[in-house]
Amino acid sequence: MYPTELVYTAEHEWARREADGSVTIGITAHAQDALGDVVYVELPKVGASLSAGETFGVVESVKSVSDLYAPCDGEVVAINETLRKDASQINSAPYGGGWICRVMPSNPGQLASLMTAEAYAAHVAAEAH
Amino acid sequence: MSDLRRTPFFERHADHKARFVDFGGWQMPVQYAAGIQAEHRAVRRHAGLFDVSHMGEIDVRGADAVAAVNRLITNDLEAIADGQALYTCLCRPDGGIVDDLVVYRFGRERVFICCNAANRAKDFAWISAHLEGAVAEDQGDAWAQLALQGPAAPALLQGLTSTPLADIKRYWFAEGMVAGVPALISRTGYTGEDGFELYLPASQGGAVWDALFAADPALLPIGLGARDTLRLEMKYALYGNDIDDTTTPLEAGLGWVVKLKKADFIGKSALEAQKAAGVPRQLVAFVMEGRVPARHGYAIVDAEGAPIGRVTSGGPSPSLERNIGLAYVPTGQHAVGSPLRVEVRGRAEAATIVKAPFIQPGS
Repeated sequence: MYPTELVYTAEHEWARREADGSVTIGITAHAQDALGDVVYVELPKVGASLSAGETFGVVESVKSVSDLYAPCDGEVVAINETLRKDASQINSAPYGGGWICRVMPSNPGQLASLMTAEAYAAHVAAEAH
Repeated sequence: MSDLRRTPFFERHADHKARFVDFGGWQMPVQYAAGIQAEHRAVRRHAGLFDVSHMGEIDVRGADAVAAVNRLITNDLEAIADGQALYTCLCRPDGGIVDDLVVYRFGRERVFICCNAANRAKDFAWISAHLEGAVAEDQGDAWAQLALQGPAAPALLQGLTSTPLADIKRYWFAEGMVAGVPALISRTGYTGEDGFELYLPASQGGAVWDALFAADPALLPIGLGARDTLRLEMKYALYGNDIDDTTTPLEAGLGWVVKLKKADFIGKSALEAQKAAGVPRQLVAFVMEGRVPARHGYAIVDAEGAPIGRVTSGGPSPSLERNIGLAYVPTGQHAVGSPLRVEVRGRAEAATIVKAPFIQPGS
């Protein structure tokens, strides 16, 4: 049920390797469903340095405020500006129009330690108990 | 979640794809499939049904139950008639709020109290300890409670009862049958919309829920998430957020339920003294200028960044599509139109104090 071409963090971000070597980051369908209606996203700045496992932004729903965690070290090369006006894309298209930022990883090997879709599905199921 | 309590409607919530949260020791729906914003708009535009069975009920009986309860509350039960309800605070001797209540005057010998879920045990102990000449009974387990709110609520409910609802004015109540179930029908609510709160025998509430949904395919079940956004747009206080043991009704803008001219009541002298001296802080309504929501617990800061107050409730308003909130600020800095700085993750975000309520229902 989770896209197999992506890798996943325990904090419910997904990461996708692009052809140019960059990595696109978003939150999973499970994460957006748990949050409910997303109303605001605090995006990192282009050029900001991210550290794997550290917070780099915030996503807020009507009810809650949740940190975003970087899946890898790297420099932000693009952010999804459309989320400033329409954060609900995170709900409607978490793997498409709801992407959050793109990073040029400084340590691409870190992605190998993230979860596969199958492992992430098991992680979500385990969290439900 | 095994020690959380469930209301009689638990399975029906699950049927509507509810997401549950722990609220005051109860496993309650925070939202259903439609989501908080859609639920909020359904109540403003049509009708929504809330399970509020977690609320507590305390029945007080005595030769003069009206006088006995009146000694405990800030509002005046002698100023209303039998068949009327009253919003009030229950205060400590120092003026701090034990709880906010809706009190139903059945007659001199019976007063029925609805209190907040999380305060049920505290309120029952407090009321029992301070009542004179009357006896309180905790009936919280006996009652299911549904709130039907929204402009379509009167017509929808009228289809299920022979009690003439047009005769029940705002903050009045009647006893009647709803979908074959005996009910206390109260024209009250926590949304700002027209509507009713129905107190039903716990074992029979399900029939009323089912009949309401069968009668109106556009009716939505409404979770605690939208209950919070709806009440916030009206600046209705939420106990534990905007008011608590450390805040007085005068500070919270609830002076209209404090009747200092009535006979003595617990907290009266403290509230008289605070009124005479002037309240040090006041609960104000504000709108964020930018797109960042303010949240419960955020600091209000001065130009140097020093805290001068705190946000007690905050979040997006689905009706206004802006971020709104309530905050305590020092008296003198509370005027409508005044700027506020709300500290959000280390930054000061601009806000402006506005007149409450944030919206005019029915407009």
